Amino acid sequence: MAASRNISVSEASRPKLPRHTRLKFDETRQVWVILAPERVLAPDEIAVEVLQLCDGARSVGDMADQLAAKYAAPREAILTDVIAMLQDLADKGFLTELREKTS
Amino acid sequence: MSDILAGSKTTGAAPSDGLAVLESQRSTAETFGIPLAVLAELTHRCPLQCPYCSNPIELDRAGRELTTEEWKKVLSELAEIGVLQIHFSGGEPTARKDLVELVQHATDVGLYSNLITSAVLLTKERLSALADAGLCHVQISFQGNEPMVADRVAGLKNAHEKKIEAAKWTRELDLPLTVNAVMHRQNLHQLSDIIQMAVDLDADRLEVANVQYYGWALKNRAALMPTIEQIEETSRIVEEAAVRLKGILAIDYVVPDYYALRPKKCMGGWGRQFFNISPAGKVLPCHAAESITGLDFESVRSNHSIAWIWQNSDAFNRYRGIGWMKEPCKSCEFREIDFGGCRCQAFALTGDAANTDPACALSPLHETIFKQAEREAEGETNRFLYRNFAGGTLESENGA
Repeated sequence: MAASRNISVSEASRPKLPRHTRLKFDETRQVWVILAPERVLAPDEIAVEVLQLCDGARSVGDMADQLAAKYAAPREAILTDVIAMLQDLADKGFLTELREKTS
Repeated sequence: MSDILAGSKTTGAAPSDGLAVLESQRSTAETFGIPLAVLAELTHRCPLQCPYCSNPIELDRAGRELTTEEWKKVLSELAEIGVLQIHFSGGEPTARKDLVELVQHATDVGLYSNLITSAVLLTKERLSALADAGLCHVQISFQGNEPMVADRVAGLKNAHEKKIEAAKWTRELDLPLTVNAVMHRQNLHQLSDIIQMAVDLDADRLEVANVQYYGWALKNRAALMPTIEQIEETSRIVEEAAVRLKGILAIDYVVPDYYALRPKKCMGGWGRQFFNISPAGKVLPCHAAESITGLDFESVRSNHSIAWIWQNSDAFNRYRGIGWMKEPCKSCEFREIDFGGCRCQAFALTGDAANTDPACALSPLHETIFKQAEREAEGETNRFLYRNFAGGTLESENGA
């Protein structure tokens, strides 16, 4: 059934935005927004970059690799930040993850 | 990351209102950016008769409602000027035969759509059609956790059972679900069970909304007002549940302002971040605003654009900012924190919307009104005046 709850984001997670959560560029205000049930979130630049990588295929580890290479920054620090940000989003119910089918 | 919409309703439970994103350094009229979300009250018709209904006492009759084409034009205009979310509400929005068409249009113009419903008119087929049309979120109101209390409050037999069914369909269709529970003296004892019901229904969010006393609810205040003990217990239950259910169920809590010392920042401040459109097309600073007499609200049927009405109409500018304030608001250090509370409540209880909301301890009327509410809460009056187009019907002695 529905989106998983109580997600624990780890390096191996393959998160994605659920159908009802939309990342969109707001032309009027010239900012990125996340549209969710009765919520509009304003992600910062880094969050937007991370969220655009959340396609349900890439793992959080892959994202950290990619961002570390792009910004020539230490992978471990990036990984910690990315996990914290995604966990916050997951706790609010705005993130889901693909899981292996068990049945 | 900041949440820039939470609390845009009367909740006042907002962690932050994100005005930084919306406000700019332009002229006064242009300071107030277009709201992120707009409430579209499609109709005042409703199969329920809840005694605390937030609709005005003077309900718009079906013949005055905007047509399908008029609503579509409104939706297009809203999207164009920067509104991001639309809340389809009422009355009961599913009483409109064109709801699927309107949701589809909202999707087509890029609006994120929420359905705020009593759910009793929904069928699985219709809900499925709404999902296919791009509906993003469903909020269902509950009047209790079991039929005995819930159906009596709603004034409709089998309402509770139908709601439970519709909530299950919502999750089967993988739509996010918010359970909205309006709380008062006669159902607060069910709060723990309502929280569990929301978990069992696999809801994402629960709104625990204490009744706000204007319009119908003010007429029913003696039957609805909770006791202080109930409110203290409520806060304890909500706080405990919020911690226990973190990551499972988000809980928004609306406190009853009669028992607060400080008034709520109603609507985030008059004309600052919210407007709604009434069934007949009036553009209003809040859904109760028409209860304030002497204000002329412009309609989407007028020659003015919605953006013009928002920025320039007298009704929106009348209580914007702090220039309209009298004492004790005028010199109060909190004047830009809560903007003197709720204008509708100030009008209903003092006869002048520019007075301090009596929910504020600094209002000269606070003590009197608070004591009266306290007496009502301890009283024996439990009969409801049910909401309807006939001006209300008093519940019979033996209920229903």
